[in-house]
Amino acid sequence: MLWACIVLPQLALDAVLRRSADPDAPLALVGGSAQLRTLHAVNPAAAQAGLKPGMRLTAALALLPDFAKVNYEPASEARWQRFLAAWAYRHSSLVSAQWPGCIVLEVRASFQLLGPWPQMEARLRSELTTLGFGHRIAMAPTPRAARVLAGLQDGLSVSNPLAMQALLDKVPIRRANLPGNAGERLQRMGIRDLATLRALPRDSLRRRFGADLLQHIEQLYGEADDPLTHYAPPDQFDAKLELGHEVENHMALLFPLRRLIGDLCTYLSIRDGGVQRFVLRLEHEGAQTDVEVGLLAAEREPAMLFELTRNRLERTTIPKPVVGMRLLARELPAFVPAARDLFDLRAQQSLPWPHLRERLRARLGDDAVYRVTPSGDPRPEHAWQRVQGDGAHIADAPTRPPRPLWLLQRAVPLRDRDLHIVSGPERLESGWWDGADARRDYYVLETSRGQRAWAFAPPGERDGWMLHGWFA
Amino acid sequence: MSAVISIDSRAIDNRAIDTLLAARTIWHAGRNPAIVTDGEPTGHAALDALLPQGGWPRGALTELLLPADGVGELNLLLPTLARLTQAGDRIVLIAPPYLAYAPAWQAAGVDLASLEIVEASQRDALWAFEQCLRSGACAAVVGWPQQADAPALRRLQVAADSGSCLGFALRDHKHADNPSPASLRLQYAAESGRWQVRKCRGGPAPALGFRQARH
Repeated sequence: MLWACIVLPQLALDAVLRRSADPDAPLALVGGSAQLRTLHAVNPAAAQAGLKPGMRLTAALALLPDFAKVNYEPASEARWQRFLAAWAYRHSSLVSAQWPGCIVLEVRASFQLLGPWPQMEARLRSELTTLGFGHRIAMAPTPRAARVLAGLQDGLSVSNPLAMQALLDKVPIRRANLPGNAGERLQRMGIRDLATLRALPRDSLRRRFGADLLQHIEQLYGEADDPLTHYAPPDQFDAKLELGHEVENHMALLFPLRRLIGDLCTYLSIRDGGVQRFVLRLEHEGAQTDVEVGLLAAEREPAMLFELTRNRLERTTIPKPVVGMRLLARELPAFVPAARDLFDLRAQQSLPWPHLRERLRARLGDDAVYRVTPSGDPRPEHAWQRVQGDGAHIADAPTRPPRPLWLLQRAVPLRDRDLHIVSGPERLESGWWDGADARRDYYVLETSRGQRAWAFAPPGERDGWMLHGWFA
Repeated sequence: MSAVISIDSRAIDNRAIDTLLAARTIWHAGRNPAIVTDGEPTGHAALDALLPQGGWPRGALTELLLPADGVGELNLLLPTLARLTQAGDRIVLIAPPYLAYAPAWQAAGVDLASLEIVEASQRDALWAFEQCLRSGACAAVVGWPQQADAPALRRLQVAADSGSCLGFALRDHKHADNPSPASLRLQYAAESGRWQVRKCRGGPAPALGFRQARH
């Protein structure tokens, strides 16, 4: 593997300058406590006036009374580092932003796609310059070596491990990014470079400086594995469209909606994932309306997602003119395409069941499509339950006397002049544990119209029938 | 010259009549056309023998006309539904009038994993019925379209055809005298306890009904 390290010497300053209207005007990042404001970084124009990082704000104001002051936020530095890691992810699948102020990426695997290193390096530099970030780039067989070389000199590249070791041997000890203050201490002890350090006995080094130093040296020279924390693209999708004018009807929202859904699906196919739940946020002046879309299984088919979002959108009333649309998807599970039999007899143009189910749910409501499964409770009204989704388990019902196929939601009085009993009674006495105590005698009855009814009467009686189901 | 033209036009006419005959929109009186017995077996041998296709017509709507709920309409369908679900094919119930009682359906042999129930209002139920029939994702769809008129039933029939799906519409017997585009119409006569064939595409309706054994 070959690793490139991009050192970003003034990340926080560049992040401010790239969006400022006049980057050539003197500007400084100001940090520190409220009592002791100090300069964190300065741009070239300010440096020319004599301003330096670390200088007190009062001293700086004495030198140059009029310069732009921007608050330094460490959090924004981390955010821009993540942004650049996302950018680097386009060039390599192994990107790490674990060290502050630099990005490390594996480049050998990308040579076939992007050309040899000089070409790829030029490409990285031109893109970084366009983005507006100052940088130093170096390449070496280990990530730590690439970082050390990038700190020494811009544009160093070495691909042979032996050449790298020879080069590293000459690195001054203070520039080797040694853990803690080991570099400074070794320098004071008279050890000038890494070659001298490596010649020292390991045991005493470990005693004086800890195991970290030895491990760092081994990883630097490629003698030990160096597990990096790799960057992974964020697990959510958030896109926004400004409409530019006020929209009050649904039709005018469909075109931007189609674009947003298209973007989402492109993103999903890059991630090889699907979407299960997302929110379409209609932004008004000072308010917003959320349209929630939830699916039972992950999907990424643009036409289908568009159609069912459209169905839900059309059922939403728009209280105020819409000025912007935002699509937020946080749950992006893995996408498993529906398996189809090669010898499937069904028509080619047929709609797969998950799509049909989502179409039904979009119009009829989220709970409209369900399956039923038996459960163990002996009371008929509790002996079944609804289940949703594909993964639900269907239980086996315990063996009981014949039960009707149709059950009434609630038992109703059964009035018929000519009832006769086909079978029964079946005494049911249960439910004392949850307050819905039931004591009933169930009979199978035949009505005068030829229907088979399942009805119950109070225990011991054969009158006051309550109809509870039909043997259809 | 003129003779040639008349022969030509007759050839065209014959072809047109052949297509009409093939589509079974017209038939020769007094001559029984060759019926392909490719129906979906009903699971009742006596009923299969009555029906011209030897079972439920495939890709078509079947109408069951009932005097009341609970006269054995599900028992008529259950052998078919059980067989389809056990083969892994999907059955959909559109807005059933009662709760489908899971233990009983399971005891009747239906694999509940393939039984989907759709809840819908009266108006949406027709739409859902048509969607399911048309999709091709279901092997059979059972619905209760009480308010449906002839054009609505025609839509269902066409949807069942394009989705090659068994459609069952369970309706009140007061609709029996209205014409219906369904391929097969069965009416339950409470007095005799028989299912009477009111209409079947592809042959004259048999005079004798089918008597279903009740458990």
